[in-house]
Amino acid sequence: MLDKHPTLANVAPEPGVGKPNPILEADGLKRFFGGLHAVDLEHLEVERGTITSLIGPNGAGKTTLFNLLTGFDRPDAGEWHLNGGPLVGIPSFRIARSGMVRTFQLTRSLARLTVMENMMVATKDHVGESFWGALFGRWRHIEAANEKIALASLERFGLDHMKDEYAGSLSGGQRKLLEMARALMVAPDVIMLDEPMAGVNPALTQSLLHHITNLRDDGKTVIFIEHDMDVVQEISDWVVVMAQGKLIAEGPPEHIASNATVIDAYLGRHHGEVP
Amino acid sequence: MDIVKILIDAGRAAIGVPAAAYALSSIGLNLQFGYTGLLNFGHVAFMLVGAYGMAITVDLGGSIWLGVPVGILAAVILGLILGFPTLRLRADYLAIVTIAAGEILRLAVRSSWAAPLTKGIFGIQRFADEFFDLNPIPVGLYGIGRFRFDERTVWVLLLGWSLVALATVFLWKLTRSPWGRAMRAIREDEDAALSLGKNVFGYKLQSLMIGGAIGALAGMFLAIDQQNVNPDAYIPLLTFYAFTIVILGGPGTLFGPIVGSVIFWFLFEFLDGVMTALIVEMDIGFLDALDATDVGPIRFALFGAGLMWLMIYRPQGLFGSKEEMLIDAR
Repeated sequence: MLDKHPTLANVAPEPGVGKPNPILEADGLKRFFGGLHAVDLEHLEVERGTITSLIGPNGAGKTTLFNLLTGFDRPDAGEWHLNGGPLVGIPSFRIARSGMVRTFQLTRSLARLTVMENMMVATKDHVGESFWGALFGRWRHIEAANEKIALASLERFGLDHMKDEYAGSLSGGQRKLLEMARALMVAPDVIMLDEPMAGVNPALTQSLLHHITNLRDDGKTVIFIEHDMDVVQEISDWVVVMAQGKLIAEGPPEHIASNATVIDAYLGRHHGEVP
Repeated sequence: MDIVKILIDAGRAAIGVPAAAYALSSIGLNLQFGYTGLLNFGHVAFMLVGAYGMAITVDLGGSIWLGVPVGILAAVILGLILGFPTLRLRADYLAIVTIAAGEILRLAVRSSWAAPLTKGIFGIQRFADEFFDLNPIPVGLYGIGRFRFDERTVWVLLLGWSLVALATVFLWKLTRSPWGRAMRAIREDEDAALSLGKNVFGYKLQSLMIGGAIGALAGMFLAIDQQNVNPDAYIPLLTFYAFTIVILGGPGTLFGPIVGSVIFWFLFEFLDGVMTALIVEMDIGFLDALDATDVGPIRFALFGAGLMWLMIYRPQGLFGSKEEMLIDAR
C-alpha cells in the first residue's frame, strides 16, 4: 500500500471514523446562520502528525469549521478537544496559545511592522508583553533568543534578506511564506492553513508544499483547506470532505479520488454517466 | 502691523501652558490612536474626570497630592467603563460611545443635581494653592526682552514640561518593548494578532486606560494653571485639538505630539495676531466687512483646511516616515 502515513494504514475510510492517536476531536459541532446549516458535524478526529486536507465545494462550511475550531466563531452546539483539553468557550487567543494556530484565506501581514517584528510579535509567554513586564521586567535576553529562532525560520522560508523591510512591501507570495513562518513562532502542535495555495504561482505552490511537508516531518499536525485536487493528492495523508456543512467522506487521498459521494458533491448527482 | 510683537507672542504660546497641556494630552491620545488604532473621540472626558477628580478632592478637604491620584484613578475607571462594552466591537463603536460620553459627563457635572459636589455651572476654584505655595522662584520676570514670563507662569511651565518629559520617557519605555509591538500589531490587524495568541481586548483596554490617565494628567495641569474647573470648558473641541496635534506631529511617533503641540499653538497665536492686525489695524478694502470677532471663526476654518491638506499630502505628519505611509495598510 502506498500510504504515506503508517498510523492511518488500518483506519477504515468512513466519515467520522476513530483514529489511533487523535490530536483534535470534535463532537456534534453545529453552526447555523439563520436557516442555513453552515456546519453540522457529528464526529471528526484528526490524527496527530499528519497532513489532513479539508476539501469540499464552495459553501461547504470549511472556513466556518476553521473559525469554530480556532475560536474565531462560536458554535451553536457541540464540543471539541485539543490534546484532550476541552476548547468550548475558550477565546481564540487562548486557543492559539494552547497549540492550535491558524492562517487566513487572505493573507494578513502586519503591514507597518517589519518582517522581523512580524515574527517576534508571535512568540508566546513573553514577560515583556505585559504592561508591568515591559516597564520593569527583564526581557532583553528573551528577545535575543527569540530573534535567533526567528532568523533561522526566516532563512528556512527564504525571507532572511527581507527581515528589516516592512511586511507591507513584500510580494503576495512572500507574504504567504511570512504568514506561515510567523504562525510557527507560536510553537503550535496544530497549524491550520486556510487555502495557502490560493492565487499563488506554480513555482511558489511547489515551495509551499515543500514547507508544509517539512512541518509534518517536524512533528506538527497540519490541517489545510485546498481546492486543487492535484495538490491534495500530492501531499495529504488523509482527506476530509465536507458538503453543505456535513462530513460526507474521509480517507486516504487515492480513496477519495474515486469516491462516488465526493464526485456527486462536486459535480451534482446526475453528472454524465458514460453510455 | 508689528510683526515682531506677533512673532514674540506666538513664540510664547509655542512653549506656553496650553502647548504643554496639549502636548501631554496628545501623548495619551497618541498611545490610543497612533499606536493601538483606537478612535477615542472623547479624550476631553478623560481630561474632565482628571480635573474634577482633583478639584473635588481638594474641595472636600483633601490635599491636592491626594487629588492627583484620585483624578488618575477616575480616568482609569472611565477607560474601563467605556472600553468594556465597546472594545470587542468594531472600531466605530468606540468612537460613537466616547464622543457621547464626553458630552454626557460635561452635562452631568453641569447639572444642578450634581452641584453639591461639582458646584454646577460655577465650577470649583482655588484648589491649587498648595501647589503655588511651593513655588521657590522669586517674584520677577524671566526671559529676554518681551519674551518673558512671570514667576507663577515659570513654575507652572516647569511642572507642565516636566510632566511632558516624564510621559515621553514612559511611552518610550512602553512602545519600544514587546508590549508596544503587540499594540502595533493590533493596530495593523486585530484578527491576525488574535490568531497569534494576543489578548487583543485586554491590550486595547490597557491602551484606553493608560492613554486616558495621561489625558487626565493634562486636564489636571490645565486646571491647576487656571485654579478653576468649569464644565463649559470641556467641549468636544478639545479632543479635536488633540487629534489635530497628533496628526500634525505624526501618529505613532514618540515626539510627534510634542512637536505637533508646539507648532499648533505657535500657528494658533500667529494667525490670530496677523488676522487681527489685517482686519482691525489696516484699511484693506475687501476685509472691511469683517471685524475682530471674526478672527476666531476664520482661524478655525484655516485650521480645518490645514488639517485637510495634511491628510491629503502628508498623512504621516511631520515625524512619520513617508515609506511607512506608502504601504497601504489594507
